[in-house]
Amino acid sequence: MVLFRSSLSELYTSVNTERNAPAADTPQPSNTLDSYTQLRKLADAHQTFTMNGEISNKQLRKVTGELSLLSRSDGSASLCSGDTSMIASVYGPAEVKIAKEQISRATVEVTYRPKSGMPGCNEKLKENIICNTCESVILTCLHPRSSVSLTIQELHHAGSQLACALNVANLALLDANVNMKFMVAAVNCAFTDKGQLILDPTLKEEQAARVTMTFAFDSVSKDILTVYTTGLYTEEEFDTALKACKAASVEIFNFYKEIMQKNLSKE
Amino acid sequence: MADEMELDDEIENEAIEQAPEVNTLFMPGQTIDNLKALEGTLKVVLGPGLQIQGSKVVVTKVGILRFKEPNVYWLDSHQRRYVPVQGDHVLGVCSMKAGDVFRVDIGSNEPAGLSYLAFEGATKRNRPDVRVGDLLYAKVQTANKNMETELVCVNNQEKSAGMGVIRNGGFVFTSPLHLVRKLLNPECVLLKTLGKTLKFEVAIGMNGRVWVKGRSSVDTIAVANAIMSAEHMTNNQIKVMCQRLSHVLSTVPKEDLEPEEVENIT
Repeated sequence: MVLFRSSLSELYTSVNTERNAPAADTPQPSNTLDSYTQLRKLADAHQTFTMNGEISNKQLRKVTGELSLLSRSDGSASLCSGDTSMIASVYGPAEVKIAKEQISRATVEVTYRPKSGMPGCNEKLKENIICNTCESVILTCLHPRSSVSLTIQELHHAGSQLACALNVANLALLDANVNMKFMVAAVNCAFTDKGQLILDPTLKEEQAARVTMTFAFDSVSKDILTVYTTGLYTEEEFDTALKACKAASVEIFNFYKEIMQKNLSKE
Repeated sequence: MADEMELDDEIENEAIEQAPEVNTLFMPGQTIDNLKALEGTLKVVLGPGLQIQGSKVVVTKVGILRFKEPNVYWLDSHQRRYVPVQGDHVLGVCSMKAGDVFRVDIGSNEPAGLSYLAFEGATKRNRPDVRVGDLLYAKVQTANKNMETELVCVNNQEKSAGMGVIRNGGFVFTSPLHLVRKLLNPECVLLKTLGKTLKFEVAIGMNGRVWVKGRSSVDTIAVANAIMSAEHMTNNQIKVMCQRLSHVLSTVPKEDLEPEEVENIT
């Protein structure tokens, strides 16, 4: 315990660099491999040992993105949140199949493609969640008898998948310039067995977690749009998670603004 | 050309204290206060990207807020999908002949209708010669989200005014809508500068489609590439680019020149 505390600051930086750099970009020389794995172990330990019961990761992983990277779609975006990365494209308001046509509003269709294999039940569930969120974001009443179709391709899965998918969907909608009521930012968090809150957990942390929660907030009133949780939790835990995620969502909204500013100031 | 903005609504504005930040970025959901109204009337005209919700003016798109005296506000944004607006000139492809109307694909959510009587000199007996696959330059007559878009190929005086079927080859490409708006902006020097060294015809549709025809296929490709690459260029950069282009083109052997007279219709 004492050992951990003495090297806390050092560990923290190591954790941060590890979380922020893509995994492929950290080649380890063979002679330091042992020390590296040791560090990894310590880093994992860090999250359960420090800050008794407090939030151990107050920061989100580094978020980077790119807009209009596909040439044929009306809008597209890629988003990397830590190592989790996804790409999304939007077509719309476009032609709609007669079976799906709605007289009073636009139809929102979402397709979620996993990194490998065919989409299964999990992907359908995600599609449903994203579709419902997007329907409340897009001003569908402005484009009756048309469709807004969104395709999200998972590129790498390293935790906080649903949050990343929601954020990349929002970014692609912004790029396509679909009429929207507000923007959406999603944040994922997890509770460990010992009741610590981890914001934006990695895949490993997610798998070990007792509870995972994903919140999506709107940009105007900062209210909840969507909640998706797994596991059993108390009311207090929900409130702490909500508070922490809400605070973190500001960071994502700022990121949206930054990236759009960059995109529009090209001229 | 129809590069003027469609103005949606008029609202009443209570207090005029501080003007909103014009020429800055606005994101969906943001509200705009203190719009500058027409003197004495409390009226403000809102363009694309702005909407009234209750008593507030809300932004619905990402873009830069623009203002024009005396009381016009709109959002300047980047978009690739066309949403029909009345009065726009568009380029479409005839996709179907259905009785009295042609169905024309203009890149919007549904094909637009074009009556066979909406051509210069067309009567019930004298039908225009439009075939499926033909390129049409037309004007949007009615654009309503709840109704089918209607096109016409005549102006108020029942003259074609450059509209109608475009034949004799050329090349069509699609570009983002803001590029088209830029080309039609009187301040943009691209077409004028290109026209100094090259002879070409061009038809620009507000739906993001551009048809170009030069004297040779080399010229056509050069003009098309120049337009496509001008998206993020300033006027000075455009001039430099055109200079380089004319320099490169002067080295290309002129073999397949067609002797026909070329005129600029836009």
